[in-house]
Amino acid sequence: MTEIKRGQKELRQYLTFILDGEEYGVPILKVNGIQGWERTTPIPNSPDYVMGIINLRGEVVPIIDLRKRFGLEKIPYDSHTVVIVVRIGATNDKKRTVGLVVDAVADVHDIDQEQIHGTPEFGGKISDNFVKGLGMIGEKMVILLEIDNLIDWKKVSGDDKNPEAAGKVVETLAA
Amino acid sequence: MSSGMAMGRGLDDIRQIFIAECIDGLAVIESGLLDLEKGTDSQETINDIFRGAHSIKGGAATFGYSNIAEFTHVMETLLDKLREHELQVTPAIVKVFLDSVDCLRDMVDTMDGDSGSYDQDRAAQIQAHLTAFLDSNGTQAEFAHETHDDLAVHTTSSESGFTSQTSSEAAAAAKAAASSGKIWDIHFRPKPEFLKNGNQPQHIIRALGDLGKIELTVDLDHLPSFANLKPGDLYLGWKIALHAETTEEHIREVFDWVELDSDIAIALRRKNDNDDEQHQLEHEHVLVSEKSADAAEHRQDRKGPKKDSGSIRVDIEKIDVLLNLVGEMVINQAMLNQLARNKNNAQNGTVELEQALALLERTTRELQEAVMEIRMLPVSVTFSRFPRLVYDLGSKLNKKVELKITGEQTEVDKTVLEKIGDPLLHLIRNSLDHGIESPQVRLQKGKSETGVIHLSASHEGGSVVIRVSDDGGGLNTAKILQKAIEKKLVADDAKLSEVQIHDLIFRPGFSTADVVTDVSGRGVGMDVVRRNIEDIGGRVEVYSVKDKGSTFQITLPLTLAILDGQLIKVANEVYVLPLLSIVETVQVDEAKINIISGKEIVYRLRGEAVPVVDMRRVCRIEGNATLDSFFNKQLIIVEAERKHIGLVVDELLDQHQVVIKSLETNFVKVPGMLGATILGDGTVSLILDVTTLAELIVKENAQHVRH
Repeated sequence: MTEIKRGQKELRQYLTFILDGEEYGVPILKVNGIQGWERTTPIPNSPDYVMGIINLRGEVVPIIDLRKRFGLEKIPYDSHTVVIVVRIGATNDKKRTVGLVVDAVADVHDIDQEQIHGTPEFGGKISDNFVKGLGMIGEKMVILLEIDNLIDWKKVSGDDKNPEAAGKVVETLAA
Repeated sequence: MSSGMAMGRGLDDIRQIFIAECIDGLAVIESGLLDLEKGTDSQETINDIFRGAHSIKGGAATFGYSNIAEFTHVMETLLDKLREHELQVTPAIVKVFLDSVDCLRDMVDTMDGDSGSYDQDRAAQIQAHLTAFLDSNGTQAEFAHETHDDLAVHTTSSESGFTSQTSSEAAAAAKAAASSGKIWDIHFRPKPEFLKNGNQPQHIIRALGDLGKIELTVDLDHLPSFANLKPGDLYLGWKIALHAETTEEHIREVFDWVELDSDIAIALRRKNDNDDEQHQLEHEHVLVSEKSADAAEHRQDRKGPKKDSGSIRVDIEKIDVLLNLVGEMVINQAMLNQLARNKNNAQNGTVELEQALALLERTTRELQEAVMEIRMLPVSVTFSRFPRLVYDLGSKLNKKVELKITGEQTEVDKTVLEKIGDPLLHLIRNSLDHGIESPQVRLQKGKSETGVIHLSASHEGGSVVIRVSDDGGGLNTAKILQKAIEKKLVADDAKLSEVQIHDLIFRPGFSTADVVTDVSGRGVGMDVVRRNIEDIGGRVEVYSVKDKGSTFQITLPLTLAILDGQLIKVANEVYVLPLLSIVETVQVDEAKINIISGKEIVYRLRGEAVPVVDMRRVCRIEGNATLDSFFNKQLIIVEAERKHIGLVVDELLDQHQVVIKSLETNFVKVPGMLGATILGDGTVSLILDVTTLAELIVKENAQHVRH
């Protein structure tokens, strides 16, 4: 439904949001909803970008602070702070519903798949691992996120092959 | 499953129902048979079995599973004879029927198409046994009873034709032949048109009889169902053991005229096979029954995970209750709507509103209970597989055992039920193997020859208690202690109470291969049993008296989806602690706090030194300082892996029943946490898991010391 083919063009819809002055986009099909920030229940011994869990219509859903996840400067939450609820999961992993804390929601755009550029010399604010490409909307550029890879769940559970690394997460938390 | 292939996909659903019905039907037949075995020879039981077999046959024929239809047809015919008292119920008949049930179960298992094939040879063999009983008169049934054997039709040929032979005669014949030397195994399978071409099988067999003594087994493998039977066709085959000093050529000569109309296989039996025919027959029987006992166990093992199906059978009454409650809620909602619209007349409104809300609250609570009820199944679902296991294992171990089951209507959550099957199986197997003594020993001890294993379930104070008791030899404390010392589980000079010694069998490392043979007390994989039960929040204990028997007592939560929780406050967060794990709570008395080697805190509680931990430190939460002083704080003593730990919390709040939500659905497993729950105000709280919390604390302390 969001794929509209006009001639050669293959258009897909993206929800865009603002984070530290930049506009980012996620495929709208992965978005379950948008809601205001609410208090979370913190989870002990979890990575710092996991703000905690909330009750989303009877379901327990974790909230991820995208600024922290991307290593951006932290700002206090205000009335614009919103949570985008997405359903994500790597190809071989199960799908999970998580909430992403962003500065503000921007717009919904159709983006021509032909007009997505790679990121070789991107050098943006966030790690290339999280970026799928740059989408062009007229003259404006939107950073499209590789949202399924946002969280390495094995790492979060301390279940990855390198227990040292998992231990470090805990220790940095303790510090 | 060629016959099943003609069906369209649309029939798949109906076929699934048929399969489910078959499985139910087989369970009915099996329990009926076991009743018969016990001697409850009531007409009603036989009728039940008959009905079960009949409906399976009908269904199988409809769906084109001719193998099952044929098989059950033979069963049914034999059952009919029992019903009409033409035949008496004997252990041998029951045994053949039980084998048939196993066989049918295998056939049914292959019906869904994705799992392999069943043992066709065995099926044919069992079917032949059934037919043998069918053809037999009273004496032969008696003979079958005597030898208690898996028998085939033994028919010999003599000048006068075919006569039946008793087993002693057969043995004599076999012995005579064995001394004379060669035995030829001949498989003679005429084609269906054999008779139409003017051949007569009896002439061939008679001719073989001229060569030497023969033993004949009828091969009914290819006998179709009655509906598919063509009157002019021959479906029988014969397996012939020929005791004769002759050559293959000579035998082939006999078949000269019919070679084109039949399949013939001739083989000389290997020398070591025929030392003593009778002995071999007996031996075979032992092998077969052992095999079937193994198969039964195997089947049980295999059934375990397979049963974890997503579907559940619900009593229609429970659904009706739900419907009623939902109906009430709809009315309730309409009522509230009305009140909202009429809110102008405030005076009356408030009272009515309160009433409506109270009603809503009650209905909601009832609805919740009703929904939980749906997940509850009677333990008989799990218990029902044990009588057969006890029957099979008992005969395998040559022990006389009666399994008594009580309280099988006790209802438990489906998840709990699925997880309790294997531990129970293990306990019962253990009781049979190690607990109950052999009949001789029992008589010597002045007990009745037949041992009793009592499996019971009951509700006791919000938990379900399942007990496996036997009146066997009890645990051998001396040997257990000796073993434990050998395994370095306890110090050489340890002074342990009897209870402590009994508890040793649950220790990992106690179960090794040689324990199985050396120690007559238990201890085979008991650590696994305990772990499995603790995984679902239960406990297992053992009580044993030498020569009187032992009781294994399993205490389980009613459900895994709801637990009774104590709400506690740590800094600004509310956590839920399962009420079951709390031993007691005390107000901290600072005078009783000791600090060992600078860091580890110990609380003296009635002479016991309980390690104490600040929950603020365990639930490390950013921005919350740990406690400077435990003054005026609450100390909760919890039990984790049989050890006491004290948790210091800021405040004790209410006790609530909470619904457990998995953290793994959208997140990952969190150490120290059982899950999360949603509290009355809509906020989420984490539920603490005392066992993993204890591990976390140990790690935490290690880290703390390092700093």
